[in-house]
Amino acid sequence: MANKLKLAIYWAAACGGCDVAILDTDEKILNIAEAADIVLWPIAMDFKYEDLYKMEPGSIDVCLYNGAVRTSEQEELARALRDRSNVMVAFGACASWGGIPGLANLVTREEIFNTVYKETVTTINEDDIRPATNYQGSHGELHLPKIYDRVWSLDQVVDVDYYVPGCPPTPETIWTAVEAIVTGNLPPKGSVIGGTKSLCDTCEREKTEKKITQFKRPFEIIADPKKCLLEQGLVCCGPVTRDGCGHRCTNNNMPCRGCYGPSEKVNDQGARLLNAIASIMDVKDEKSAAELAATWEDPAGTAYRFGLPKSLIFDYKKGGK
Amino acid sequence: MSGQKIGVYVCHCGSNINGVVNCSKVAEEAAQLDGVVVSKDYKYMCSDPGQEMIKADIKEKGLDRVVVAACSPRMHEPTFRKALEGGGLNGYLLEMANIREHVSWVTKDKEEATKKALALVKGAVNRVKYHQPIEEKEVPVNDATLVIGAGIAGIQAALQVAEAGHKVYLIEKKQYIGGNMAKFDKTFPTLDCAACILTPKMVDVGQNPNIELYTSSEVIKVDGYVGNFTVTVKEKPRYINHEKCTGCGDCATACIMKNRIPHEFDEGLSKRGAAYIPFPQAVPLKAVIDDQNCLLLTRKKCTLACVKACGRKAINFNQHETIHEFNVGSIILATGFDLFDAKRAPQYGYGRYPNVINGLQFERMTNASGPTSGHILLEDGTEPKSVAIIHCVGSRDENYNKYCSRVCCMSSVKFAHMVKDHTDAEVYEFYIDMRTFGKGYEEFYNRVQEEGVHFIRGKGAEVAQKNGRLVVKAEDTLLGQYREIPVDLVILNTALEPRVDAEKVAQTLGISRSADGFFLESHIKLDPVTTTTDGIYLAGCCQSPKDIPDSVAQGSAAASQSLAIIATGKVKISPISASVDENQCAGCRICVGLCPYRAIKLNEETLRAEINQAVCKGCGTCAAACPSGAIKVSHFDNDQLLAQIEGVLA
Repeated sequence: MANKLKLAIYWAAACGGCDVAILDTDEKILNIAEAADIVLWPIAMDFKYEDLYKMEPGSIDVCLYNGAVRTSEQEELARALRDRSNVMVAFGACASWGGIPGLANLVTREEIFNTVYKETVTTINEDDIRPATNYQGSHGELHLPKIYDRVWSLDQVVDVDYYVPGCPPTPETIWTAVEAIVTGNLPPKGSVIGGTKSLCDTCEREKTEKKITQFKRPFEIIADPKKCLLEQGLVCCGPVTRDGCGHRCTNNNMPCRGCYGPSEKVNDQGARLLNAIASIMDVKDEKSAAELAATWEDPAGTAYRFGLPKSLIFDYKKGGK
Repeated sequence: MSGQKIGVYVCHCGSNINGVVNCSKVAEEAAQLDGVVVSKDYKYMCSDPGQEMIKADIKEKGLDRVVVAACSPRMHEPTFRKALEGGGLNGYLLEMANIREHVSWVTKDKEEATKKALALVKGAVNRVKYHQPIEEKEVPVNDATLVIGAGIAGIQAALQVAEAGHKVYLIEKKQYIGGNMAKFDKTFPTLDCAACILTPKMVDVGQNPNIELYTSSEVIKVDGYVGNFTVTVKEKPRYINHEKCTGCGDCATACIMKNRIPHEFDEGLSKRGAAYIPFPQAVPLKAVIDDQNCLLLTRKKCTLACVKACGRKAINFNQHETIHEFNVGSIILATGFDLFDAKRAPQYGYGRYPNVINGLQFERMTNASGPTSGHILLEDGTEPKSVAIIHCVGSRDENYNKYCSRVCCMSSVKFAHMVKDHTDAEVYEFYIDMRTFGKGYEEFYNRVQEEGVHFIRGKGAEVAQKNGRLVVKAEDTLLGQYREIPVDLVILNTALEPRVDAEKVAQTLGISRSADGFFLESHIKLDPVTTTTDGIYLAGCCQSPKDIPDSVAQGSAAASQSLAIIATGKVKISPISASVDENQCAGCRICVGLCPYRAIKLNEETLRAEINQAVCKGCGTCAAACPSGAIKVSHFDNDQLLAQIEGVLA
């Protein structure tokens, strides 16, 4: 079995859904297990970090890193895995663009701490205890990871070879990625596993005139299953989002949330969506524009649901400018 | 992007820039930037020696990109593009950094200004590295001209183009031509009667074989671009056969609605019927049927007295609106002004008190063919013994319009003269400043002062009624005293405002408006006639308030712009345009409805957006909206813009 791939799977700032998604490949998981020796997979198998540190550079063939980088531990592991892996894959939306945890970049770390450790009604924290990196316990000093000021995508911390998009990636996308790795039929470095155009390209809903007269949330209407969701007032991220998910949401009459990230020529998914939506709002003047825009619930959270750390203002290498 | 040879030229603009920005320091620091091989500062880059310097450096030092840090590109980008071409480089390998309007003119802080100028230069240097040569396109010109609006400015423009031997389509919304000027009595400063000087021109319009006149008509659609516009015009039915109607007025006399409808031409001072002759000198002199008030057209019930009265059987209620389409090379917009509605300034009592009138109503009153046959009369039919004239009603007023309407001082002085001429009344003029700046205007003002008119320097604040008499309240700023002057008649000289439908017209033609609502010229001083859309020119009050001499002058200027492109036979159209990358376009249709020039269509076979390059103006609306980044505007693509931003922030 010397020819088996050495595979590492790591979970950083994420919900765990990406790990579950790997299991969701159903019986194909057996094929994966047949093709690969898993050398690290904290959710499923008992490995210690020290086992990883003992490994030589280049001794791991592929690392699937899911989750964003938000603590010193996650950064340390990202660097350790990068050093030892021939191919580093940002697996899922969080590793690729920051994902849902990336929305934390809308506020400061202090604001988050205030909310979590002080302000919520159910919090009782009279001593105002906050996360610390050192703790002097009765058995000695404990060191805890540091929580960073902002959330980083994996490629802002280490060099990334491929991106597997999705929240989580669909089994089909995972399988495409695994097949490419196993067969060695790899796309150019930096490729994203998915389509190149936006979701609209393969969306079969009927498109007519794009005009938004009123913003709607999915629970407010039963959308016409044949018509473009955006034209019905539901903010659908399809126009700015990479094709390749198999239309899971739109097939179920729900607008695209944008989890496959920006399509090939889009450099800022959220800004592109905001621009596009603003352009098709049916308004006459600034006043009516402001009134209509006010009815769009949480535009930042909608447009940047998965990509805030990779938006133009946040996109720089950690430690860089 | 390495190996390029960039020349940077920092212009002092005399002391305009160098007085605030340390130009030599900017040039020195720019010399250190990657790719910059020449960096100089010079007193006037736009001068001959300045341009020669660029040409010589291109030839001698092999420059392949040029940055000029100077004024706004609006003015001198073409100048420097030509300089590049003179040196053998494509003109689009130029980038300008605006360090005058954006820097030296907006601050006195020399250090900050120099810093910002350098940042803009860095941005420009970074950006120019991504510039690509672009070739300009030439298209042939259609030699017909469309003139919209047949007031004095439009008439002047139409006649001038037509007399030069070219076709003119003259479109007028009203049923007759002449505009506001046709309502006037005397004109300042020479007191010629408006009709005497306007009527011959109106008749010429009717008779000139090169002019096709469409009254009761509106432009509803404009497609195309300079040299090749396609214009759609909607002509409303008049219910009168123009071939047969002689303008005799028998139908007006017969109409059962006679003397019941306020007559617009007399500013409501007289009444007319639903069938009427607009005014005796109207061109075309044909009866009009008012579809808002005609009983047959509104209630389908009438005795048809007009039809019976018409000996020529010219009345035809079966007429429908007709749509015309014209191909023209240029468009002259001369849609005029609306008068400020004095009811919006209730302190002056207009519409509340009798004998408070506006300037146009006074014009009609003094006009010999007007409602009072030229007599200045109060509502009770007697002559006023004292008259107040209030300037700046709705103008120079934060609450309404900040601008000066330019004509009211002179027309007020004229009104004062007319009152003195027609009656024995005392005249009081309330003014903020007296602005009599035109040829012969100050002399006219002096003459009227000598006629014994009381000029009170202070804005009329309020018109009230006391003991059954009108009282004008004002602060006389020369006496430093508050005054209340009882009068019999008040004339409110109201502001000239943009037409209520100016926004619709602007959208139909794809042009812009300035903050005051009037149509925007390309340069207020050096290009006051052209708009930002090539081939569309402005004349008269639709651009800003003007008197007759200025309107005529601008009408002529617009005509010569139109004749100039006809004479050239071809025009250069901006090569900056948007294009769709078919490999990225997902056919989402977001761009389709956005194009202000309607250049985008969805190809129903490929389901991809397509941009008509001849129609595209390169405005970038679609590129900004395109969610998949499939639309690119040449000369303004992402690489260029991001490089510029990075340079500025570096």
